[in-house]
Amino acid sequence: MITTSHYLILSTIILTIGIVGVLTRRNVLIVLMSIELIFNAVNINLVAFSKQLQNTIGQVFVVFVITVAAAEAAVGLGIVIALFRNKEKINLDEIDLLKW
Amino acid sequence: MLKYLWLIPLLPLAGSALIGLIGLYRVRVIGRKPNKTLVHTIAVGAVAIACLLSLGAIHDLMSLPQDERVYETVSFTWIPATPLKLTNGAWATFKVDWAYRLDPLSAVMIFVVTFVGFLIHVYSIGYMYEDSGYWRFFAYLNLFMFAMLTLVLGNNFLILFVGWEGVGLCSYLLIGFYFEKKSAGDAGKKAFIVNRIGDTGFVIAMMLIAVTFGTLNFEEVFRAAGAWPTETMTWGLLTGITLFLFLGATGKSAQIPLYVWLPDAMEGPTPVSALIHAATMVTAGVYMVVRCNALFSRAPHTMAIVAGIGVATAIFAATIGFFQRDIKRVLAYSTVSQLGYMFTACGVGTFAAGLFHVYTHAFFKALLFLGSGSVIMGMHHEQDMAKMGGLRKYMPWTYATMLIGTLAIAGIPGLAGFFSKDEILWRAYGGGHKIIWFVAFLTAGCTAFYMFRLIFLTFFGQPRFLDAAEPAEESHHSHGGHGQDTVHGGVGHGHGVRLPHESPKSMIIPLVVLAVGSIVAGYVGMPSYITHTNLWEHFLDPVFRYQAPVSDHGGHDAASTEILMTALSVLIAGAGIFLAYWIYNRRKTQPADEQRSLGVVYQCFFNKYYVDQIYDALIIHRTKDLGTGLWAFDRNVIDGLGVNGSGWVTRSLGRLSGVFDKYIVDGAVNLLAWMADRFSYIFRRIQTGLVQSYAMVIMVGVIAFFSLYMYLSK
Amino acid sequence: MIEPIMFYVTAGLIVLFSILVITARNAVHCAIYLIAALLSIAALYIYMHAEFIAAIQILTYVGGIMVLFLMVIMLINFNEESRMRKATGQWKAAILVSLTLAGLMLYFFFKGGPVITASVPAAGPVPVSGNTEIVGWGLYVPYVLPFEIASLLLLVAIIGSVLLAKGKADTWD
Repeated sequence: MITTSHYLILSTIILTIGIVGVLTRRNVLIVLMSIELIFNAVNINLVAFSKQLQNTIGQVFVVFVITVAAAEAAVGLGIVIALFRNKEKINLDEIDLLKW
Repeated sequence: MLKYLWLIPLLPLAGSALIGLIGLYRVRVIGRKPNKTLVHTIAVGAVAIACLLSLGAIHDLMSLPQDERVYETVSFTWIPATPLKLTNGAWATFKVDWAYRLDPLSAVMIFVVTFVGFLIHVYSIGYMYEDSGYWRFFAYLNLFMFAMLTLVLGNNFLILFVGWEGVGLCSYLLIGFYFEKKSAGDAGKKAFIVNRIGDTGFVIAMMLIAVTFGTLNFEEVFRAAGAWPTETMTWGLLTGITLFLFLGATGKSAQIPLYVWLPDAMEGPTPVSALIHAATMVTAGVYMVVRCNALFSRAPHTMAIVAGIGVATAIFAATIGFFQRDIKRVLAYSTVSQLGYMFTACGVGTFAAGLFHVYTHAFFKALLFLGSGSVIMGMHHEQDMAKMGGLRKYMPWTYATMLIGTLAIAGIPGLAGFFSKDEILWRAYGGGHKIIWFVAFLTAGCTAFYMFRLIFLTFFGQPRFLDAAEPAEESHHSHGGHGQDTVHGGVGHGHGVRLPHESPKSMIIPLVVLAVGSIVAGYVGMPSYITHTNLWEHFLDPVFRYQAPVSDHGGHDAASTEILMTALSVLIAGAGIFLAYWIYNRRKTQPADEQRSLGVVYQCFFNKYYVDQIYDALIIHRTKDLGTGLWAFDRNVIDGLGVNGSGWVTRSLGRLSGVFDKYIVDGAVNLLAWMADRFSYIFRRIQTGLVQSYAMVIMVGVIAFFSLYMYLSK
Repeated sequence: MIEPIMFYVTAGLIVLFSILVITARNAVHCAIYLIAALLSIAALYIYMHAEFIAAIQILTYVGGIMVLFLMVIMLINFNEESRMRKATGQWKAAILVSLTLAGLMLYFFFKGGPVITASVPAAGPVPVSGNTEIVGWGLYVPYVLPFEIASLLLLVAIIGSVLLAKGKADTWD
């Protein structure tokens, strides 16, 4: 019997993998992909609760999350292109413009 | 005419103001000098009208009964009534009016001042005509007339003082008239400063009078003083007041020890010397002493001092006059000497005789000065008698009038000076002041000697101005070439000798009038042995209403003694004249010979007994030393200790607070900065600028919140 | 008995591909693995009876976002990557933190509140109408305003990314 907890555990695992990817990978594109994983973990949660509560509004929110993810990807990749054009770098540990 | 009394001083003031304004306007705005005719018309006109008004006022005064010959007119209240605490503890209401008083004394003075002043104004037209400061000269001269008339017409001490200071100011302005000349400027300053010393005395006396009598009005003061006893044995308040007044008089009237300014005052234009330094202003001191007879006569000690100083000045100045070579200086010392006579008269208690001498002296001394001015002008601005001689034939009018003046001053019977001088001598003798009489008697001889020396050196003998050259021709200058002479500077030597010439009519006419005055002026005061009563003294009696009774020494009415005295003084005058004639005419002694034959005595006389040097050494240099000392004090103590010291202290404090600021305040700031630097050195490592380290921290934060949430919801 | 197996298989694939996404050296490989993971998740959605979301997942993610990623990778052409180390210096700490977080969450699930642990019916009643219709109704009736805002957000994001990628006006003609 697959309960909500299974989905939640699955989502937790994916979330953790996404966080690890965000925190460890140097390539900014892979970091962005890891963020997509985190989004998907959230989406799984939303659908799982929608299923549990018999309420499809959760799925509506998934649509919104995907929209935001698309926007995020578009802007993020735009930034990556601009960054690469200016700095010739896409490794996050080489970009420290935020430093004092 | 009495009601126009206030106009008499006002007219010259208005004239002065008018000329001054016109002159300033023309010179400053238009850039040209004012019209000379306009200037002297205003100036002479103002004085002429004042003179006529004076004569009218005197006439009106004379027509009053003898005892009522006082007229006072109040123009306005000057100092409103204020309470004043007197020395005796009482309170008085102190009030000063601007008021004029005409009584026989001031009548004499305004007559002398306006009449002689008028003549000198006329004379100045000729004398000053070529001068560039023509309008300025007349403005000053008119201003002087105003001041002098205010002085003699004032009915209280304060107005007298206004005039007193006014004439001092004008004297300064006119002595320094040729201010581009250093000696003239110095002489002006000298006169001003020496006069200040006397004025200080006068002011102190005035304050004493104010706090003693509670008023400055002559009538009130003298009436109050009339009730005071004579301070025969003691040196009382009256003695103090009169001594201070006399100090003022010595300054203004050039007595020992303050006479030194008068000879130097000859730097001014000659009409000024005549008007101010012979005829009018210098007599202000005598006038004041006569005016204050009620006070002086009650202070015998002061009287003794006045007489002593007067006679000492007379002989002293006369001896200095012996060998002066500058024609004007001889006259200046003669003036000092004659003023000494006047004070001698006052000092022996015969104020009327003193005033009589003022009156006659005004005529002949003005005459002599104007004559000397004429000589100087004729000689093209040469004042040294050593370069004159034989002028008689070049300047007959000047010669004649000056001879009259000289005879008058020498005391030849029948002329003005004889009556007044004789009166003084006899009163001194008759009053029992034998020593004073004797000295004055000697002085009379001296006067005759040095005045005739002047005449002989100037008008007789061989002309010395020609140098070796013979007089080429009689060149006749009809009028004075004043301006061009100034440019060329005196008599030309060598080539182109310019011969002396007679002065223009505007100068000769005043000379003639004054000569006539010098002859006739004395007859109003003929001695009582001729006219039974001395008209002059009778006329002046109301003035001496409050005078203390003079102690009678007997022989007062011994006409035979008086005639003997007269004979004696004529004798000594004649002796003096003869001596001068013998030395300077018969033996042809030249000024240069005097020095050779007399040596030390000559040096002593010629150098004025070195009084100026003594004053320089004792007073002026000491004053300078004091100044230097004060300067040193100022520099070392005030500047050094005070200013620089406080500066040093301030600087030290500043440096200290600078150190404090640098190490404590700045130190604290730097410490904070240093600490911030150290801490930031540690903490800035957190700021890696790497997105992932921030994300890491966010995660740590998430864990922390998660843990907290779980801890709280447990 | 088939249902749990399907779930575990799907979940396993998702986890496997996810791990491959963050471990692969080459970015193109990562993208491929991510596409696989996303497709697996879409399968999971179908398993959970959320067919519409599954369709959206495939259309948007795989058809849109991932194509975008691949195009950017291609554009940048950063081929030095294979010779370089792939992880940052903090990777050990990062894994520790992530595992701690995961542990905390799991602990929370098992010790958590009643909502989470409540047993859920295995399969709810099948909706009367289709899943698409219900979600569409939710989007267009109660959440129409957020929906429109989301469209605006997308529009702004498109403009922004165009501007960012375009760079200076004169570099591209």
